Amino acid sequence: MSAPLLVTSSPHLRAPDTSRSIMLDVLIALVPALGAGVWFFGLAALLPIVFAVVGSLLGEYATRVWFLKRDNRLGDLSAVVTGVLLGMNLPPSIPLPLAFIGGIIATALIKEVFGGLGQNFMNPALAARVLLFTAWMQPMTHWTLPGGAYDAVTAVTPLGALKGLEGPVNLPSYFDMFVGGIGGCIGETSALALLIGAAYLVFRRVITLEIPVVYIGTTLLFVWVFGAKTSLFGGDVLTHLLSGGLMLGAWFMATDYSTSPVTLKGRLIYAAGMGLLTGLIRIYTNYPEGVSFAILIMNSFAPLIDRYTVPKSFGANHA
Amino acid sequence: MKSLDILGAGIIKENPVLRLVLGTCPTLAVTTSAENGLGMGLATLAVLVASNVLISMVRKVIPDKVRIPAYVVIIAGLVTIVQLLIQAYLPALDKALGIFIPLIVVNCIILGRAEMFAAKNTVGASALDGIGMGIGFTLALFAIGSIREFLGAGTWMGINLTADLWPAAAVMILPPGGFLAYGAIIGLLNKVTNQRITATGCATCSMEEACAPAKEASK
Repeated sequence: MSAPLLVTSSPHLRAPDTSRSIMLDVLIALVPALGAGVWFFGLAALLPIVFAVVGSLLGEYATRVWFLKRDNRLGDLSAVVTGVLLGMNLPPSIPLPLAFIGGIIATALIKEVFGGLGQNFMNPALAARVLLFTAWMQPMTHWTLPGGAYDAVTAVTPLGALKGLEGPVNLPSYFDMFVGGIGGCIGETSALALLIGAAYLVFRRVITLEIPVVYIGTTLLFVWVFGAKTSLFGGDVLTHLLSGGLMLGAWFMATDYSTSPVTLKGRLIYAAGMGLLTGLIRIYTNYPEGVSFAILIMNSFAPLIDRYTVPKSFGANHA
Repeated sequence: MKSLDILGAGIIKENPVLRLVLGTCPTLAVTTSAENGLGMGLATLAVLVASNVLISMVRKVIPDKVRIPAYVVIIAGLVTIVQLLIQAYLPALDKALGIFIPLIVVNCIILGRAEMFAAKNTVGASALDGIGMGIGFTLALFAIGSIREFLGAGTWMGINLTADLWPAAAVMILPPGGFLAYGAIIGLLNKVTNQRITATGCATCSMEEACAPAKEASK
């Protein structure tokens, strides 16, 4: 007797990935940047992140289980990732209730109301950040310098200094911008730590290179050409690369599966669009930073991009 | 139809803003405070009742082909009266509502009720419909305005409710706040009244007869 024939229906090959394992990878990848944030801004910088995580867990649970009477999916860790990303996008001096409210907004209002994980049309953490930013402009743009007296010193971010927002301020050295220790959000201070996390994600094949590389490349090209006030081709590329939210946004936010296009052509258009918008906002508007807006705007174009970049079926002559 | 049913329909069951989603432009634009919402609602209520009564009176005189221009002339006349009255007696409200008072002329609710109700019903029923729909519109605008004013400015009808204990979320009195409050109220109302939005297909649609041949041809 031979072994009984096993008959199953497709799919026959399964990847071991689950939502939970991917989210866990993202969390692991965020640890270096988180560590850098705590190292430079002090242990108190963990508090806004904790509050944002608690808020986003509560927001998801309340909307999903109490209000919509669906199953509890906190176990897929996506709400934790949202909370951590939101917390890392807040200034270290943020009042803690705002971080908590931001967490609730992210999962309840941006994610669950539109159907939950995979159905949201915008990155929940970034959308919550922008909502907080438009609601409470003053605390959301109150930057402190790392290391100094925590509450007392108001600093200026390198991008704000480039823009001459708060008088002429000496830019920190490129080395400081790369390693960390510059004014800004908790998670964006160290480009090095973010790159380590991004390398882990690429190595684990959680994200692919095309979106971040094209996004960063387009932004830098734009600021190189138009960044200098007096002439073309003189922008301060390194400052734009190493400070602000570009690294965090490009590697961890723009690559969000449910808000980025599916096809390669679509992803290139999407990434280039974000780069163009980031450059435009950084150089020509009153805001020093435009990563959040650029990503959210292109997020909402993702379905349209997908629609116009449907690959031709094999053997088909016309669509 | 009983007169109470006509009066009550506009308040929840067929609320023009929350159920029929008509007149969204003034709903989003002027509800930055409870007072503005109330003022806009009452101005529209006055125009709506008067236009329903007048249009119902002349419904048999107006030739069918020119009925829409005739309605617009009547409504525009009434809006001009209301606008002049507000300018004379409530100049602060006039300043707050601005262009949205003359724009009541093209408010979908008023034209919609003229076409759907006043043109087919008696003067008394039309007046009741106007009152019901007007109250529904006013309540919706007042509710949205209250939420936005409380969250966005910390006040209600100009009274400071939060004692400045926390900073107000300015976004709620900006345009995004209008959409947020509007959507949240529609969602809550549907949740509370267990409203299910279902597509009934072609069978119950009044356009079925006109549209069926075209659909057939396109196959």
